[in-house]
Amino acid sequence: MSVVIYAESEKGQLKKIALELASYGKAIAAELQTELVAVTINCENNESLGEYGVDKVLTVEHQGAFNAQQYATIIAEAARSQSVAVAVVSSSADSRFLAPLLAIQLEAGYVSNVVATPISTSPFQVKRSVFTNKAFNISEINTEVKLIGLSKNAFGLHPHPTTATVSSFEASSNTSTMEVQSVDQASDSVTIADAEIVVSGGRGLKGPENWHLIENLASTLGAATACSKPVSDMGWRPHSEHVGQTGKPVASNLYIAIGVSGAIQHLAGINASKVKVVINSDPEAPFFKAADYGIVGDAFEVVPKMIEKFKAFQAENA
Amino acid sequence: MKILVCISHVPDTTSKINFVEGDTQFDTQGVQYIINPNDEFGLTRAMWFKEKNGASVDVINVGGPETEATLRKALAIGADNAIRVNTPAKEAIQVAKEIVSVIQQNQYDLIIAGRESIDYNGGMVPGMIAALTGMNYLNNCIGLEIDANLATAIREMDGGKETVTAPLPLVIGAQKGLVEESDLRIPNMRGIMMARKKPLTVMEPQEMSEQVTSVSFEKPAPKGDVKLIDPENIDELIALLHNEAKVI
Ligand SMILES: Cc1cc2nc3c(=O)[nH]c(=O)nc-3n(C[C@H](O)[C@H](O)[C@H](O)COP(=O)(O)OP(=O)(O)OC[C@H]3O[C@@H](n4cnc5c(N)ncnc54)[C@H](O)[C@@H]3O)c2cc1C
Repeated sequence: MSVVIYAESEKGQLKKIALELASYGKAIAAELQTELVAVTINCENNESLGEYGVDKVLTVEHQGAFNAQQYATIIAEAARSQSVAVAVVSSSADSRFLAPLLAIQLEAGYVSNVVATPISTSPFQVKRSVFTNKAFNISEINTEVKLIGLSKNAFGLHPHPTTATVSSFEASSNTSTMEVQSVDQASDSVTIADAEIVVSGGRGLKGPENWHLIENLASTLGAATACSKPVSDMGWRPHSEHVGQTGKPVASNLYIAIGVSGAIQHLAGINASKVKVVINSDPEAPFFKAADYGIVGDAFEVVPKMIEKFKAFQAENA
Repeated sequence: MKILVCISHVPDTTSKINFVEGDTQFDTQGVQYIINPNDEFGLTRAMWFKEKNGASVDVINVGGPETEATLRKALAIGADNAIRVNTPAKEAIQVAKEIVSVIQQNQYDLIIAGRESIDYNGGMVPGMIAALTGMNYLNNCIGLEIDANLATAIREMDGGKETVTAPLPLVIGAQKGLVEESDLRIPNMRGIMMARKKPLTVMEPQEMSEQVTSVSFEKPAPKGDVKLIDPENIDELIALLHNEAKVI
């Protein structure tokens, strides 16, 4: 028996969520008194997983681009070779893409958006967010193999130094008729999925020509930029920046909303963020009810001051 | 070309979320239901294929009789046939298996489902359909063209996008961006009249599954009051974020 995580990497290096997954997997493995195994694909720094409690790493070489069907098959084979009891994947776009395929291959009951370690392991009950973070559901997984999709930032990093043995795993070849023709990936900017801090602008910014305020604040903080739905509908910003119930979920440590009213559909998507700051000229804006910290003020005056003050703070703390 | 669009019947985005029967059931009192927004983007793209390529478009829902109004709305938007599998939707694998048994009787070229439903947010049904049928699958689909038997689709990834080709049959997980917001259709009177005459077939369920069962619901703990900071005193905000919230 084992707990198996799929530890994602990018350009050969583990992603931070892989370490969060390891921390989480370790907690379950300890509870079940079993081994924690990580599966990595095209990853070079596998040893780092040992720092977070991974006992064994199975490394797989895959030729060509990410392919959900092929990755799911690889992970399923590797997991079965370890008599998997509980498999865990992250909530990245790639993992959410491959997880249902993996669930079918492992004949595993799959619960996504899980926010904590299992409430009990027998029966196997987990808590997940539902209604776009407006509520939680306790779900029971009744299959022999369980598959958990862990919500981003739900567990955090918990070091647990172990020496991980690293060995390569030969997956049987599986071909696909799908072909990636081109990839268009921003190389420098922080993505909403990975960001610790997200700076978001709403209709209160009046037009795309004012977005330098959002961008400058974001780059000062090393943050990703986001926006409300009407802002992307009007083409001020790309759709990929639209957050909320019908856009992307945000589960960052800090979410700064500027000129966003705080409509229920917007708040639903950002509720999982830990700390929320709102800057809005209208003291009645609903966002003030959802935020931890708020400034009633004009964004065009407040944001430049924030940029200046954050820069000064960073210079002092550098 | 035959297209099947999976339609999830979900509470309107402004619905109050409450639970009844000892927090085991969602409280449907006063709740308005809509076509799941991600499915609506998919349905709208299907209408485009219908108008440009003469595709036929079926819509399917797994659910009780109360979901028929939502299926009728999809017919009013322009779908040709509706199918309802008469069983409450309890878990993704059950829904996927019911849809697969309909697919096996009908030879579809393209299956469109939403990336996730906005009620339970599972994000599982399209992928499970693909895995159970062996069809190709692309999630987070924000662009789809079909030329003869080959689909060219765009997937949104974390921090970018990729263009992928795949021979049909194909399953996609649709989302915003697949069509423009302004292309979404509000059914007109003529569509609503025509929808009344279109076939809505009720099928009995084939599958029993209890892989994952719901135990109970909880609401998040109420949040404390916002701390207001004077716009002239940004230093206080920074101090709070640094010392109290510890996020910078
Ligand atoms: C089915 C459905 C799904 C939806 N899904 C989403 C979703 O996923 N995400 C989403 O965001 N929305 C969604 N919406 C839209 C949502 O209801 C709101 O309309 C939207 O979030 C409002 O965007 P906003 O806050 O940018 O604009 P507004 O509501 O117009 O708010 C602008 C705010 O800026 C403030 N402001 C103006 N000038 C200044 C200034 N100089 N300085 C500071 N503040 C200023 C105003 O006081 C106001 O509060 C959805 C709606 C529907 C019907």
